[in-house]
Amino acid sequence: MEQLLQQVAAGLANGAIYALVALALVMIYSATDHLNFAQGEMAMFSTYITWAFYQTGMGYWPSLVLAMLVSFLGGLVIERVVLRPLHKAPVLSIVVVFIGLLAIFHSMAGAIWTHTIKPFPSPFPNIAFVGSGYIGPHQVGMIVVSLVLLSLLFVFFRFTSLGLAMRAAAQNPVSARLAGVPVDWMLALGWGMAAAIGAVAGAMVAPVVYLEPNMMAGILLYGFAGALVGGIGSPGGAVFGGFIVGVLENLIAYFGNLLDQTTGIYIIGNGEKLPIALIMLITVLILKPSGLFGRVTVKRV
Amino acid sequence: MAIETSKAGHAPLSVPSRLSPTRVLIWCLVLLAALLPVLTHMTGIISNFYYLQLSLMLVFSIAVLGLNLLTGFNGQISLGHGAFFAIGAYTAGILLDQTSVPYWAAVPAAGLVCFCIGYLFGYPALRLEGHYLALATFALAIAVPQILKYRHLEDFTGGVQGINLIKPEAPFGLPLSPDQWMYLVVLLVAVLMFWLARNLVHSRVGRAMMAIRDHSMAADTMGIDSARIKMTVFGISALYTGIAGALHAIIFEFIAPDSFRLELSISLLVGAVIGGVASLPGAVIGGVFVQVIEKYADALTKAISNSVHLPIELEPWTIYGIALIALVYLMPTGIAGGIGSLWRSMTRLRGTPSG
Repeated sequence: MEQLLQQVAAGLANGAIYALVALALVMIYSATDHLNFAQGEMAMFSTYITWAFYQTGMGYWPSLVLAMLVSFLGGLVIERVVLRPLHKAPVLSIVVVFIGLLAIFHSMAGAIWTHTIKPFPSPFPNIAFVGSGYIGPHQVGMIVVSLVLLSLLFVFFRFTSLGLAMRAAAQNPVSARLAGVPVDWMLALGWGMAAAIGAVAGAMVAPVVYLEPNMMAGILLYGFAGALVGGIGSPGGAVFGGFIVGVLENLIAYFGNLLDQTTGIYIIGNGEKLPIALIMLITVLILKPSGLFGRVTVKRV
Repeated sequence: MAIETSKAGHAPLSVPSRLSPTRVLIWCLVLLAALLPVLTHMTGIISNFYYLQLSLMLVFSIAVLGLNLLTGFNGQISLGHGAFFAIGAYTAGILLDQTSVPYWAAVPAAGLVCFCIGYLFGYPALRLEGHYLALATFALAIAVPQILKYRHLEDFTGGVQGINLIKPEAPFGLPLSPDQWMYLVVLLVAVLMFWLARNLVHSRVGRAMMAIRDHSMAADTMGIDSARIKMTVFGISALYTGIAGALHAIIFEFIAPDSFRLELSISLLVGAVIGGVASLPGAVIGGVFVQVIEKYADALTKAISNSVHLPIELEPWTIYGIALIALVYLMPTGIAGGIGSLWRSMTRLRGTPSG
């Protein structure tokens, strides 16, 4: 039972990361209807930027804030320069451009910072607290940071005029433009925010998985799964979905190991985390493509 | 500005007449390629290494052709064709390693297995469109190595170690090296596959495929059974890529889970986009590109880094990425499409009707 609780807690901690990635994916999806396949590599690249700032002797948090700023500007530039001219292009062109971005970020990170695995510091003090038998301080920190970020975003979208303009631009670009909202810039802003959120996700997960160019591949899949479970149009749903997916991932591996130990029948374990994500993704896509909190879209002929 | 998969410019529906110049040219090229081992045998200009390279180019052409049929002609985006390449390679590898099936039977067997799996994967794919199908296949591409390392499959797949194979000797005492012989085999298979693909694209089913791509609802109203066609095309596409995987396993003599990572799927996509997604000759260009980059990208990127005095050493993937994005902007129909439209504008200038 204690082990089970530990697994759930660890799942929640992983889920916090998936939630952040899912949130970044939702930012771009709700603004432009695109699934950003390069999101994982963008987050990885941002994490390297954080690391580079940290190497100059700055503290963890200042480095992260600076990296978020750089990523924000980077995301903005990518949207304006690379994707804006393609906004009426067929899906294949967009997907191809995302794969191109993925390849560029992946290889550039390797070229600039080499492929060797780097340790990454955790910003949270290593102290004992109530329940620390179940969950480590960094894991608690990850959960808290993602929840804080979510609340900030909620406040931003709900109570500021810029947030309202962004929602308007995403929901009904034509009317928003008529009402004087600079729709193009709102979409670019969405991209910038997605890149900045990715920077946070990367910096939070890097102490756990270490820093290397391949660190985000599996995390991106679970992020996608989380976003789809929650409904890819809904930020709150995406965060909820991220946590669900994180807990599910750990529980599946836990029960798989339990079955292996008690009966000797091996079905699934830690080696199958990516196939599990694949199965989750396809199941959600087929059974409930709109997710738990998404709206069903109707296509007009 | 965009990768156009509509009718403009390629895959003309009128089948060229029996003795059109293009046709003669193509058959001459094929004949020349087939005679290459005989012609160079005395002089020894082309070493076994280059025969292997030529074979690999042809193999990737077949794989890219499979992706073209699905993505270019039927509009179903796949980022995970490396998975079918892997299934083909492993089917052939396991058959050759553990049974006494000869290699010429293992290749079609691998194709058949891939057809079935592709057909079945096509069923859930029916419910997914555009980005979502891309996502599902993207996930498949990332998960492939772990699936191949699955513990219960280890007895067959050899786990992380993979399978070592031996290239077959030339039969009937022909004076050919194994590399030369396999080059001829691969060439024969490639010609057969391209000929079949050409006939498929120009057939009733081919027109239905393109109708579904261009407007699936309109195709439905025309009485096309789009579900059946889409699943079948998925199967055929997987068959092509699977056969390519099987041939690759035999000529490369080694398969392991980590050869089938996301990189492979991406390079197939790059090949398809470079050549032109809705073009049969484009698949050859794409296949050549994939192998050339695979083999020479390191030297190429080093040369570029040195010549412009970059402070860092570029990596091959950077070229892939830049090529992909540049092509979407500059040559949306790929190299084959670009050459095609150039050719048409030239013939128009001369005042002769094209075709």
